[in-house]
Amino acid sequence: MHPIPAITITRLKEFVRRPEALFWVYFFPVLMIIVLGNAFQNQPIETFNVDVIENDHAASVVDQLSDQSQIKTRLVDVEESSRRLRLGKSVLAITAGPDVEGQKQLAYRFDAKRPGASTAHNTVDDILQAANGRTDVFTAETTQLEESGGTYVDFLVPGLLGIGLMGGGMWGVGFAVVDMRIRRLLKRYMATPMRRSHFLISMMLSRLVFMIPQIALTLLVAYWMFDFRIYGSVAAVVFLVVLGAFEFAAVGLMVGSRAQTIETASGLMNFVMLPMYTLCGAFFSYERFPEIFHPLIRWLPLTPIIDSLRSVMMDGESLFAQWPEILVMTIWSVIPFGIAMLIFRWRD
Amino acid sequence: MTFAIRCEELTKTYPGKPPVEAVRGISFEVQVGECYGVLGPNGAGKTTTIEILEGLLDATSGSAEVLGMQWGRDDNAIRQRIGVSLQETRLSERLTVEETLKLFRSFYAGGISPVEAMDRVSLGEKKNAWIKNLSGGQKQRLAVATALVGDPDLIFLDEPTTGLDPSSRRELWGIIESFAAAGKTVLLTTHYMEEAERLCDRVAIFDSGKIITEGTPDGLIRSLGAEHVIEFSTDRLLNDDDIQTLRGIESVDQVELLGEDYRVSLGQPHRVLPKLINHLSANEIAMTGLTTRSASLEDVFVAKTGHKLSDD
Repeated sequence: MHPIPAITITRLKEFVRRPEALFWVYFFPVLMIIVLGNAFQNQPIETFNVDVIENDHAASVVDQLSDQSQIKTRLVDVEESSRRLRLGKSVLAITAGPDVEGQKQLAYRFDAKRPGASTAHNTVDDILQAANGRTDVFTAETTQLEESGGTYVDFLVPGLLGIGLMGGGMWGVGFAVVDMRIRRLLKRYMATPMRRSHFLISMMLSRLVFMIPQIALTLLVAYWMFDFRIYGSVAAVVFLVVLGAFEFAAVGLMVGSRAQTIETASGLMNFVMLPMYTLCGAFFSYERFPEIFHPLIRWLPLTPIIDSLRSVMMDGESLFAQWPEILVMTIWSVIPFGIAMLIFRWRD
Repeated sequence: MTFAIRCEELTKTYPGKPPVEAVRGISFEVQVGECYGVLGPNGAGKTTTIEILEGLLDATSGSAEVLGMQWGRDDNAIRQRIGVSLQETRLSERLTVEETLKLFRSFYAGGISPVEAMDRVSLGEKKNAWIKNLSGGQKQRLAVATALVGDPDLIFLDEPTTGLDPSSRRELWGIIESFAAAGKTVLLTTHYMEEAERLCDRVAIFDSGKIITEGTPDGLIRSLGAEHVIEFSTDRLLNDDDIQTLRGIESVDQVELLGEDYRVSLGQPHRVLPKLINHLSANEIAMTGLTTRSASLEDVFVAKTGHKLSDD
């Protein structure tokens, strides 16, 4: 047999003979979709904990807020209120004073940086203003987004595919070569006529083969449970996934090119992967980070695969429109591979 | 005359502070069909030398020729015709014996079938066993089988029996002997004297990165001039006069203190023993231990370096 199929087949056999690895690679993304998809799909309307400072005038405020299911009020003293605000147990504190010339006297305290605090402030203020006689100037029509293609699952699936490709390349190629180096198996191979290029091609090929069930399973579960649809071309998705797999195989190879202990390898892997988990928009849009970081984030290896998959899957955009992402992914495939070839420790 | 291996003035210095000179000018030749042993304590430069010859390390200076070819010029051609077993390679645990041999066979242009390789190392029954379920001896035999599967003309075995029990060791010796019997060349490193005496046509004794002596095992032992060794220990140290008296006994060659034992090399134990015991009892020195044996390569090493080869 030619060495490329021979190495690829043994890699696949080793992989399927590790049930725990199969679980993490194949079922973890599925589990994430089920858990996160459910958590966000059946999300109840956000409620706010609002404290009212205990005094003679508190009762009317509590009363006016009482039939709002979105607001949960609680009577507390000043000290307790400060403590609860600090700990995030409530997002807003209201102090009511005696009416002056028929006007209600209110003071709000909140930390605008806390999630929900500003919304709570605006909502509570609107309710109290209306209860005390303010009328709306006009009535606007509002429509809630509910059609498919715009839900959190539609947003999440491309993110999870990207994370799966990253994990696969980093662990499946980068960590695997370090493990072979530590076992002195790489060195043993170097004492045979095996070609280095055959070895590397086989490592990448076996990654591509492992990846097919991983991607398919993720998409099928998203389809069955959440009616997930791909709006763009399937061929474009396949192209992007394969490019993403090569990109992370190359990055993984570079990260694993010199490490000689498991600790070094794990440290390097985490150093590379952890920032990307949060920064690259897998679970929430990176638009939430300050704008000056956006160009930097777009240059990280994980961002373009997620962005381009989202454009194609959710918006049905063409592959050509993804050229900036494809360019970044190509750069991340070629340069790390070249660096890995230059610095790779084959013989020790 | 055809040489399987020829190396001249090999040196290997690892950079560092201070630099480590692992190999300091090694030259030897191995003829085709020979089983050549590299013998020495840990840190003598055995593995460094064998890895230079296997093409896994670059020498700092010197030249090495393997099967008439040069590393750096004919690498692939050399690798097609050599087989290698490194110290402590951990093969993939979740592959079977047969799968492992098929994989290694795929790297070579020609060779024997994986089944034949298994038979040569008597692992046929373990064909479908995962490597993690093999014993230490079976793993080592499989490592040798991966060296044989490309049908090499020359095999390198780096401490093939270290850590194995005596019966596994003898099994491996049988495998190496039958390979050598087919006219193939073997280079092995070991720190077991018995192994070198049994398997090797010629041995080189390494110490501190140099060859201190080279020859056939018998020839080296005979060169000691004394074929027997008496080792004994006493309840108190002997003084210089005692040593002089012992040295004066007929056929005694050398008397040395090694650790807590005195080692006497000699020709005729039946003449020396009564005189030794008489001298000790006349001086009221109690003997606390006594062994007599034939001289071995270990004694050659001691005679050349003044220290013991190994602690076991």
